[in-house]
Amino acid sequence: MVQYTQARLDDSFAALSDATRRGVLEQLGRSDASITDLAEKFHMTLTGMKKHVGVLEEAGLVITEKVGRVRTCKLGPRRLEEETTWIETYRQLWSSRFEELDKVVEELKQKEKTDE
Amino acid sequence: MNEPTTTKNRMTVERKSEREVVVTRTINGPARLVFEAFTQPELFKRWWVPKSFGVSLVSCEMDVRAGGRYRLVFGPGREFYGRYLEVIPYSRLVWTNEEGEEGGAVTTVTFEEQGGTTLLTMYDLYPSKEALDAAIDGMEGGMSETLDQLDELVVTLARETRP
Repeated sequence: MVQYTQARLDDSFAALSDATRRGVLEQLGRSDASITDLAEKFHMTLTGMKKHVGVLEEAGLVITEKVGRVRTCKLGPRRLEEETTWIETYRQLWSSRFEELDKVVEELKQKEKTDE
Repeated sequence: MNEPTTTKNRMTVERKSEREVVVTRTINGPARLVFEAFTQPELFKRWWVPKSFGVSLVSCEMDVRAGGRYRLVFGPGREFYGRYLEVIPYSRLVWTNEEGEEGGAVTTVTFEEQGGTTLLTMYDLYPSKEALDAAIDGMEGGMSETLDQLDELVVTLARETRP
């Protein structure tokens, strides 16, 4: 269960880490839209937009529905609140820190190599 | 410069008891360098406050020796400070967290080198269960705020779609 919620939280973060995807959420907050509409609005290819919507859908933030030949996107019902139990927050905090620490240590290693 | 490729190592987070939390993670580098990243302010603030937190550090002072003090300032009224209790180069750091109203946790970090990599263990011991719960609410700082903001954003957006 913990792992499941963790995966969901990771998905949410990944989904919301991108400016286009946040824009899409805002857009869908105003009205539902087809993938074609969204692609036009954000000056992207259909394939590119499909990918973004796919990520948002995976995270439960957006749902899509195909009517005839048009796929309509709308905001999903999911809230983030359910996942913000303390251990998940703690885990997320440390996970982000360690990712940065990896980079810092990697740089120090490279620097030592160069200095040798 | 090429972006160094780093693989994500496994991390464990465990609440050992009502008052204890233990986080472990292996870092791909010798203990010497990992210790440096913990004890040099310029390096420390880069990873302790990742960009993704969306908060910036105003200052970071660290007097890394037993009895020395540290202070991280995020803005007015948002400070984290305490004292180093133990400093054993490349192997062990112990510090207090004194910003809370009640007694804060004591953090013990151990660095165990294993063939060029370092197993990090961060052990937080709180004076009480209440102190742990309270700290969890505040400690994530930007993290919790970010989550709250995301939550608000999603809720607002969801509300706006309803006719």
